[in-house]
Amino acid sequence: MPVNLPRTFFGFSPQADAKRPAFGLADVAIGLGVLTLLYVASRVGAQSFVRFNPPEIIPAVSLDPRNLPDYAARSTLRMFIALILSTLFTFVYGYAAARSRRAERVLVPLLDILQSIPVLGFLSVTVTAFIALFRGSLLGLEAASVFAIFTGQAWNMTFSLYQSLRSLPSELDEMATLYRLSKWERFTRLELPASAIGLVWNGMMSFGGGWFFLAASEAISVLNRQYTLPGIGSYVAAAVAARDLRALGWAIVTMVILILLIDQFFWKPLVTIADRYKLELSAGEERQSWLVDLWRSASLPQHAERLTQPVLRRVDAMLAKATAVKAKPQRRAPSKTGDRVYNVSLILITAGLLIAAVRFVLAEVGIGEVGHAALLGLLTGGRVIVLLVFSTLVWTPVGVAIGFSPKLARVSQPIVQILASFPANFLFPFATLGFIMLGISLNWGSMLLMALGAQWYLLFNVIGGAQSIPNDLREMAASIGLRRGREWKALIGPGIFGSWVTGAITASGGAWNASIVSELVSWGNTTLRANGLGAYISEATGKGDWPRIVLGVGLMSIFVVGLNRLVWRPLYDLAETKYRLG
Amino acid sequence: MEQNSSLLIAEHVAKSFPLPAGGEQTVLEEVTLNIAQGEVVALLGRSGSGKSTLLRILAGLIQPSSGRVLVNGAPLEGPNSQVAMVFQSFALLPWLTVQENAELGLFARGEAKEICEKEATVALSMVGLEGFEGAYPKELSGGMRQRVGFARAFVMKPDVLMMDEPFSALDVLTAENLRGEISDLWERNAFPAKSILIVTHNIEEAVLLADRIVVLGANPGCVRGEVRVEMPRPRDKKAARFISLVDYIYTVMTNPQAPVAALPAKEPSSRFPMLPHARVGGISGLLEIVNDRGGREDLPKLAESLRLEVDDLLPAVDASAMLRFAEVVQGDVVITDAGKEFATAGVHRSHEIFKEQLLANVPFVTTVIEALSQKKNGRIGKDFLLDILDEHFSASEAERQFETLVDWGRYAQLFEYDANDERLYAAEAEISESTLDG
Repeated sequence: MPVNLPRTFFGFSPQADAKRPAFGLADVAIGLGVLTLLYVASRVGAQSFVRFNPPEIIPAVSLDPRNLPDYAARSTLRMFIALILSTLFTFVYGYAAARSRRAERVLVPLLDILQSIPVLGFLSVTVTAFIALFRGSLLGLEAASVFAIFTGQAWNMTFSLYQSLRSLPSELDEMATLYRLSKWERFTRLELPASAIGLVWNGMMSFGGGWFFLAASEAISVLNRQYTLPGIGSYVAAAVAARDLRALGWAIVTMVILILLIDQFFWKPLVTIADRYKLELSAGEERQSWLVDLWRSASLPQHAERLTQPVLRRVDAMLAKATAVKAKPQRRAPSKTGDRVYNVSLILITAGLLIAAVRFVLAEVGIGEVGHAALLGLLTGGRVIVLLVFSTLVWTPVGVAIGFSPKLARVSQPIVQILASFPANFLFPFATLGFIMLGISLNWGSMLLMALGAQWYLLFNVIGGAQSIPNDLREMAASIGLRRGREWKALIGPGIFGSWVTGAITASGGAWNASIVSELVSWGNTTLRANGLGAYISEATGKGDWPRIVLGVGLMSIFVVGLNRLVWRPLYDLAETKYRLG
Repeated sequence: MEQNSSLLIAEHVAKSFPLPAGGEQTVLEEVTLNIAQGEVVALLGRSGSGKSTLLRILAGLIQPSSGRVLVNGAPLEGPNSQVAMVFQSFALLPWLTVQENAELGLFARGEAKEICEKEATVALSMVGLEGFEGAYPKELSGGMRQRVGFARAFVMKPDVLMMDEPFSALDVLTAENLRGEISDLWERNAFPAKSILIVTHNIEEAVLLADRIVVLGANPGCVRGEVRVEMPRPRDKKAARFISLVDYIYTVMTNPQAPVAALPAKEPSSRFPMLPHARVGGISGLLEIVNDRGGREDLPKLAESLRLEVDDLLPAVDASAMLRFAEVVQGDVVITDAGKEFATAGVHRSHEIFKEQLLANVPFVTTVIEALSQKKNGRIGKDFLLDILDEHFSASEAERQFETLVDWGRYAQLFEYDANDERLYAAEAEISESTLDG
C-alpha cells in the first residue's frame, strides 16, 4: 500500500495508484509559483511589520497607480491574516459550543447577537484600543483593520462548524466512540472532514464580504483624527479626497483582478479539495480546478510528500496517543442544582450588563436622545425594506431566467459571485458624484448605496432556488397550459421562496451594516448626509462620542435582532415546512 | 462450538427518558440477558421494542437508568472494548479508503502500522474485498459498503460482534447474499468473534442465523421470552421445521398477549392503546390482497410476495385487527366480513365503513369528536391533543400518533386538519371553510 496516512488537510494526497511522472513542465510551474508566493509574502510582511511609525506620522498614500500592486498585496495579506484568525476562532468557539452543553447555552445566543451587531460601528472602539495597545507602531492600526475584517468573517464560519458538528450522523459518532478513536483521530478523521465543505463555502462567502470591511477600516476617522493604513482601501479614500476619478478607476480594475486571482489560486482549489469530504456516499460529478490538476500531475509535490509523510505519520500517531480516550469517559448526568446555579448566574450577569449599558446611556444623553435615535432607526429600517422590495422586483425575474437556463447560469454565476465579493464601497464615490451632480438627496440615494452590496445575495440565492425547481414540475406547468402569471403564483413563487428568504436575510443584514457607511459619504470636501441611524453612528464614531456610539450600535443591534426574530425567522420556518421541494 | 462462560450479561437493565409533559417514558424495562461464548443471539422486536437501545447499552454507548452490564464478570463503564459493531447505515467515513476504514479501530488502539495493514488485508479478504483496498466507499455498491463495515468489526477480533440490523439497508438479493456469507463464516468456525448479537426485525433472518431468539415486546420494551432454534446448520429455508418456526414467531409477534415458548406473558400496560402507524392506503391495500387470495393468507408469504419487511407490513396488519377488518390466526391474516366489505366497496361506501369501524373500535377518536362538538367554533388545536398524547408517549411517538389519527379521521371524514394553523376541524365546519378558501 503506497498510501496509508488518511487524507488530511496538509495537502493533496495522490491517488494510491497514481503514476509517478518524470519532472515536467507542471513542476516548473509549481516551483516558480511557490517561489513567487514566498517572495511576495516575505516582502509585504516585512513592510507591514518592521517599519515602525509613531502615530503622529500618518503614512501617506500615493495616488500613483504604480503603487497599486504593492497596496493590493498589503491589503490581501491583511485579509488572509484575518481569515487565519477567523479559522482558529471558529475551531475553538464552534467546538466548545458543540461539545459542552453548558457552554452551548451561552455561546450560541451570543454568536447570534454578534452576527447581528453592526461591525462598522465598533471600528472606533477597536481602533482606539489597538492603538493604545501597540503604542508608537503601525501594528496597532494593522491589528484594528485585521480585527474589523475578522469580525466580518468569523461568525458565519463558526456557525457553520457548530452546525456541522451538531448534525453529524449519530451512527458515525457511535462508531467513533465504540472503536475508541482518540480526540485527535476523531477530529481529523471525522469532525474536520465532515465540516470541511460548509467551512470552505462559508469561508469563501465571508472572505468576499471581508473586502467591504477592509475598505472601510483602512482609512478611518476616529476621535477627530484621520488614520490611514497603506492599502487598496486607503488608496480609494485618498482618491476620493483628491477627487481623482482616474485613480479610482485603477483601484477598481486592481480590485477585480485581485478577486479573480484569489478565486483561482485559493478558493477554487480549496472548494475542489473540500468536495471530496462529502458525507453522502453517492458518486456525483467532481469539481474541477486547473490548479489542483496541475498540482496532481506534477511530481514535485509527490516527492515532497514522500519526504514529509513519515514525519507527519509520526506526529499523527503521537497526537493520537496523547489524546487517547480514558478508560471511563462516560459523562455523568449533570447535576440539577449545578444547572440551576449556572442558569441563575447567567441571567444575573446578562441583566447586570444590560442595566449598566442602559444607565450609562440614560445618564449621559437622556431619554429624549434615545427616542430620537430610535426614530432614526425606523428611517434606516424603512430604507432597508424599500431596497429589499426593489431588489426583489428587479432581481427575481432576472434570477429565475438565469436559473432556468443552464447555459445562462454557467456563464453568469461566476460573474455574480465576483460581483458579490466586490466591495461596494469602491463604487460609492461614483454614486456620490452622481448624486451631487443630479442634486439627489442622500436620504434617497443612500438606498442605492446600500443596495450596491446587498442585492447580490438576493440574486444568487434566487438563481439557486430556480435551479432547484425540478424539471418535471416545470414540464407539468407547461403541459397543463399554465400561463406566465399563474405559473409564477403556483410554481415559481413557492419554489424559490426558501432561497429568497435566505437571500433576503443576508441582504438585510448587509444593508443595515452598510448604512453606517452609506448615510454619510463625501466627495472631496463635499459631504452628503442622510437622516438615519447609520449616519448617527458614523458621526458619533468620528467625534468619539461614546454614549451615542453605544446607544446607536445597541439600537441597531436591537433592530436587526428584532427583525430576525419577528419577520425572518417565521418566514424561514414557513419556507422550511410548507414550501419545501422534495 | 462449546457454550460455557458468559461473555456479556445485562442485569435488570432499564432505560427511561424524561417526557416533555413531565414524567418519564420507559423505553426498556427490567431486561436480563446473557450472551454466552459461542452462540448467536438475535434480538427480535418491532419498532418501539427498545432493541437498538438494549444493544447500545450492552455496547456501553448508552448508560442504563438502572441495572448494570457485566463484561466477563466485571461491571461495564464507558464504551465496551470487548465488542465491535456493524451499523445499519454502515457508518463508513467516505473520505477514507476501504483499507483505511477497515484499519480504523486497530489504528485507534495504537497498533503498529504494519499490523494494522496486515490485519485489515486479512479481514477484507474474508469479506471478499481483495483488490478494493484503495477504493472509496462511494465507488462501492451498498452490499460492498456493508462488507467494509464487517471487515472493520472483524479486525478487532471482539468477544461479541454486534450487528444492528446490518442487512436492512440493502436490497433483498444483496441482503440474502451477504447474510449467507456471514452465516457461512460462522458455520465454518472461521468467524473472528466468539459470539454474535444481532438486532433485527426480520423473522426469517433471526431463524436463519440465531441459536436463540429473544423476542422483545413493545411500549415499553421488555423481554417477552425466547425461542431456541435447534436446527442443524446450514439451515434450509424450505424445511418444514424452518417454516413452522417462522410461522410460530409471526403469530407471537402479531399477538402481543401471546405467551412466548411457554413463558408467561406480561400484561401490556395499555390504558391508552397505541395506534399502529399505518396509512389507510396501506390498510386497504393489504385487505384487498388478502381478499383476492381467498380471505386468508400466510403472513411470511405475504411479506415475501410484497417484498415488505415485517416493520412495514405489521402496522397494516395491526391496524386491520384493531379496526376489526381482519384477525391473525396462527401466522395467517384472516379477513372479517367488515374487512371484505371494505376491500370491495366503492370509494364512497368505503369511507363510511371505515368511519363505522373507527368509531366502534378506537375510543380515542370518539374522545376527539366529543371535544370538537363541545367547542363553539368546532375546532381544536394540535397542541391540545399532543398534550394528551404526551402523557402516554414520547414526544416523537406522540407526533406519529397524531399523524395517524389525522390520516384515519380524514379518511373517515370525521374531521379535517389544517396544517397551516395546526387545528382540527369538525368535518362540516371544514367544508364551508374550504369553499371560502377555494
